Amino acid sequence: MSDWLVPVLWVGGIGAVCGAALAFAARYLGVEEDPRIEQVTAELPGANCGGCGFAGCAEYAKAMVTAGAATNLCPAGGCAVVARLSAILGRAAEAVEPRVALVRCGGSDSEAIRSFLYSGIADCAAAAATAGGDKACAYGCLGYASCARVCPVGAIAVTDGLARVDPALCIACGKCVPACPRGLIALVPAKATLHVLCSSKDKGPTVKKVCGVGCIGCAICVKLSEGAISMDGFLAKVDYSKPLRSDAAVAKCPGHCIVKNG
Amino acid sequence: MKTLPSLFRFRGGIHPAYNKDATCGSEIRTLAVPSSLVISLAQHLGAPAVPIVKAGDTVAGGQRLADPAGLISAPVHAPTSGKVVRIEPAPTPLGRPAPAITFEPDGQDRWDSPLEPLPEWRAIEPRILAERVGAAGVVGMGGAGFPTQVKLSPPSDKPIDTLIINGAECEPYLTGDHRLMVERAADLWEGAAIIRHILGAGTVRVAIEDNKPDAIAALAAAIPSGLENAGVCVLKTSYPQGSEKQQIFSVTGRTVPAGGLPMDVGCVVENIGTTLAVRDAVVQGRPLVWRAITVSGDAVAAPANLLAPIGTPFAALVEACGGARGRVAKIVSGGPMMGFAQASLDVAMTKTSSGLLLLSAARVSVFTSQPCISCGRCLDACPMRLMPSELSQCIEADDIEAAERYNVLDCFECGSCAFVCPARRPLVQHMRRAKAILVARRRAAPPRPKPETR
Repeated sequence: MSDWLVPVLWVGGIGAVCGAALAFAARYLGVEEDPRIEQVTAELPGANCGGCGFAGCAEYAKAMVTAGAATNLCPAGGCAVVARLSAILGRAAEAVEPRVALVRCGGSDSEAIRSFLYSGIADCAAAAATAGGDKACAYGCLGYASCARVCPVGAIAVTDGLARVDPALCIACGKCVPACPRGLIALVPAKATLHVLCSSKDKGPTVKKVCGVGCIGCAICVKLSEGAISMDGFLAKVDYSKPLRSDAAVAKCPGHCIVKNG
Repeated sequence: MKTLPSLFRFRGGIHPAYNKDATCGSEIRTLAVPSSLVISLAQHLGAPAVPIVKAGDTVAGGQRLADPAGLISAPVHAPTSGKVVRIEPAPTPLGRPAPAITFEPDGQDRWDSPLEPLPEWRAIEPRILAERVGAAGVVGMGGAGFPTQVKLSPPSDKPIDTLIINGAECEPYLTGDHRLMVERAADLWEGAAIIRHILGAGTVRVAIEDNKPDAIAALAAAIPSGLENAGVCVLKTSYPQGSEKQQIFSVTGRTVPAGGLPMDVGCVVENIGTTLAVRDAVVQGRPLVWRAITVSGDAVAAPANLLAPIGTPFAALVEACGGARGRVAKIVSGGPMMGFAQASLDVAMTKTSSGLLLLSAARVSVFTSQPCISCGRCLDACPMRLMPSELSQCIEADDIEAAERYNVLDCFECGSCAFVCPARRPLVQHMRRAKAILVARRRAAPPRPKPETR
C-alpha cells in the first residue's frame, strides 16, 4: 500500500503548495483594474475592426474608461451599444449616425470598356499602376477585389468586374476606404436615399466613350434634386446633409448614374 | 591596344534570343517629320520642364520650349520649325499623363538654335562644357533619362578615373545603338573624348557585347590617334550586360556598393545615343531633339531603325515601317525585358524611347501564376544576388519590412527572375510594388542614420 501512498502524498502536497501560492498571488499581487473596463468590453461587438480608431475593442474600452474617449465611436455597435456604454460610464448618450460604405462607380464590365488585357497580380493598386489601369475610364473601379479582401465582415462582393457593398452587412469600419487606389469608396449615411454612382472628372463626351453609366456633367440633377446635388466641375455630387429628394433626379438622369439606394 | 577582352563576368543573368536580325544589318533611316508632334515636358528623371512658350507661338527648330524645373530636370527644345498648338496633359509611354506641348511642324524646317558650335572644345573649361550639355537638354538615352549634366558633374570627393561608353544594347530586338556604332564611329569617339575631358578621367572604354562584331571592328578602327588610353572592351553577351553596375564589373572588376552609384568606384557609364548627343551639343550646338529608335517585332511589316524627332506619335513610326502585319497582340515601348506595354499607338515617343515593338499573339504569353515552388532558378539568374522567391512571397504577404531587409531596393527590375520562373510568377510586379511603397514611406519619413558601431 505504501508503494502508491507516498507518491500520492508528495504530488498532492506539491499541488497544494502551488495552489496556495497562486491564491496568494491572485489576491495580493494582482493588478488593479477598473472593473468597468471588463464590463464595457463585454458590451462591444468584439469584431476588432479598428473602425473606432483604436487597436481593437479592448483598447477602445480602456480608452473610454481611463481616457474619457467618446462612447459613440464604434460604427459596428450602433445606437444600442452607445446607450449601454453610456449607462455603464454614467454619461449622456451621444448621437450616432449610422453609416455604410458606398462604391461610387457603376462601371461594371457590361457597362464600361476595358482598355487592355491586364495580366498580372490580381490587386487593384497593382493594376492601377500598370499603364494607368485596365479600365478605359481613368477613375473607374478596376474590380480586382482589394476592397473585398480587407472587409472584415465580407460585405463587399465583386460581380461583373464591379465592387458593390451590401449595406445590410457593412459595419462602416472604414477599412475599405484606403484599400481602393482610386478613392472610390466613401462612408455615407445609411439612411441616405440619393447617390451618384460615378467619380469621373472627365467631360461628358469622354465619359460617354468609355462608360454607359457615367456622369456626363449635364447638371439636370441639380435643379431636380432641389439643391441636394451640386456640380464639382463635370461631376455631380450629393450633399448628404441636405434633404434628399431623389425620384425626379433618378428618373431623369441621362447618364443613368443616380440611384436611390447604394 | 584597340580591343581588349573583358576579364570579369557578372554573376547571374540570362540569354534570351536576340531577335535582332530584322534590323541590325540596315542603315538608320531618317523619318520625314510627321504632321503633328506631342512633345512631353516630362522626358527625363526629375521634375517636368516648365513651358516658356504658349499656344499660338511660332518657333524655329532648336529653339527652347521649356526650362528645367530645379536641379534634377532638363530643358526641352523644338525638333523642327512650327507652331505650338496647345499645352495640356498627354499620355506618355510610362502610362501616367504628363504636361505636353502639341506641336504642328510647318514643313520648312527652319533652324535657330541658341547654342553656338564649339569645335575647339579642348580649350574650353570642363564646367562650361557640362553646362552646354545641360542647356542642350541631353539626358540618359538608354532609358532612365537622368539629366546628363548632373552625371557629368560629380562632387569633388568622387574622382572619376574610368569612362565607360555603354554599347552593350542587351535588350532583344533593339539595334539602334548597334547601328550608331557602325555608322557614326568617329563621332562617337569624339563624344567620348569630350566627356572624358569634362570628367578628367584617365581611361575610356567602349563596352560592346560580342554579338556585334561589326560594331567592334568599326569602333576599333576609328579610335583617334591622339586619344590616349582608349579602347574597345569586348563583353560576353549576356542579359543584363547593359545595366551599368553589371557593366562596370565586367569592364573593371569593381563592385558598386549597395545603394551606391558608379561614381563611388570612380566610374561613369554613358549610353551610345547620349554620347553622340553630347558630341552634337558641343561641336554643332545642336540640342537633343531627334533620336534613333528601333521599330521591330513580328507584327510590323518592315522593321527598321528610324531617326525620328521627339514627339513623333507611335502610330506614325508604325506607318513609316509599312504598318502593322496581322493582328497586334502587344505593343511595347522599349525592349521586351524592361519596356512598357502600351494600351494604344496614340502615344508619342520621348528622348528615352529606344524601341517600339509590335508583337503578334505567337510572341506573347498570358500566364496564370502559381505559388512559388522554391526551385531556386531566380536566385541563379538575379544579377544583383537577391532572392526573388523569398522577396515575392514576403511582398505577397504584405511583409514589406522583410522585403526591405532582403534588399528589394537593390532590384533594378531587369526581369531575369521572371524570365526563368517555372511557376510564371509576376516577380517584377511584386518588386515594383514593394519599392513604390518603400519609396513613399521614405519620402514621408526619412530613415534615421545608422548608429555608430564599434
